[in-house]
Amino acid sequence: MGKRIFVIITLALFVYISLPLVLDFIPTQQLSYVSQKYVQDGPEEVGAQNLVTAIIVTYRGLDTLGEVAVLFIATAGIGFILSRKKWRKRKKRSSSSILQTGTQVLLPLIIMFGIYVFTNGHLTPGGGFQGGVIIASGILVYILASPKNKFKDFLISLTESISGFGYVLLGLLGLILAAGFLDNSILPLGKFGRLFSAGAIPLIYSLIGLKVGSELVNILKYLRRD
Amino acid sequence: MELVILVVISLVMIAAAIMAIYSKNLISAIISAGVVSLLASIIYLLLAAPDVAMTEAAIGSGLTTVVFLYALNKMRKSGKDG
Repeated sequence: MGKRIFVIITLALFVYISLPLVLDFIPTQQLSYVSQKYVQDGPEEVGAQNLVTAIIVTYRGLDTLGEVAVLFIATAGIGFILSRKKWRKRKKRSSSSILQTGTQVLLPLIIMFGIYVFTNGHLTPGGGFQGGVIIASGILVYILASPKNKFKDFLISLTESISGFGYVLLGLLGLILAAGFLDNSILPLGKFGRLFSAGAIPLIYSLIGLKVGSELVNILKYLRRD
Repeated sequence: MELVILVVISLVMIAAAIMAIYSKNLISAIISAGVVSLLASIIYLLLAAPDVAMTEAAIGSGLTTVVFLYALNKMRKSGKDG
């Protein structure tokens, strides 16, 4: 009984705290100062058609680096926890032929779509994270279709290390050659709206995509290991 | 019209979320949690945030569901072994 009263009091407190958020809500009629600056100067300064990408990769590039680091730490933690205990080996069933045949058709398409998403991150919605996750889900379909196959651990680790290192290196190059860390104007901005435009953004986003994709594949690999 | 779609999707989302909490079967709870993410991504798309919608659809309803299923599988196995 005491537990239930405690729950009710906690819920009432939550309602009391969050009620002003609902009651005092006034929809803003215009952009705030910072967003106005991004919208006005973004296309000229960064050269990216997709303004979200311009903000994520260039203006708030350090946050993205932090997110990638968080993902890396999460992967390392999962690997640490799951590799301590030896799981007993068991026989793996092979999957159905529908899934196997479907994978043969779908896997190249899914991976190509993921690459498209992160190379066109500065033009269309999407970017490194989304593209990386799409690639990882393609690999997931492959894992489900052929559970007996082994991964080349070395290749995944190599991709992850090189892309992470290249990402930080590009950021440092921005510090030396341009205005600041992860500044994209170390390469020429190019013509607005082309594939090779917006300076270093396509390069940075490709590296982020590879990094995120290989990290998520690592998580799946640790979870699958018996 | 758009408001009607949004309200309907939100109601289905709430129903799926309640089902994810109260369902006795863990697998159906995981699937309903994935449904919540999928519907959330549709709402993001309707509210003109395609970048967030893509992330939510791929991570929330795709990978997270699979990671939960793998974890459930591991839990069952280790429970059996003692």
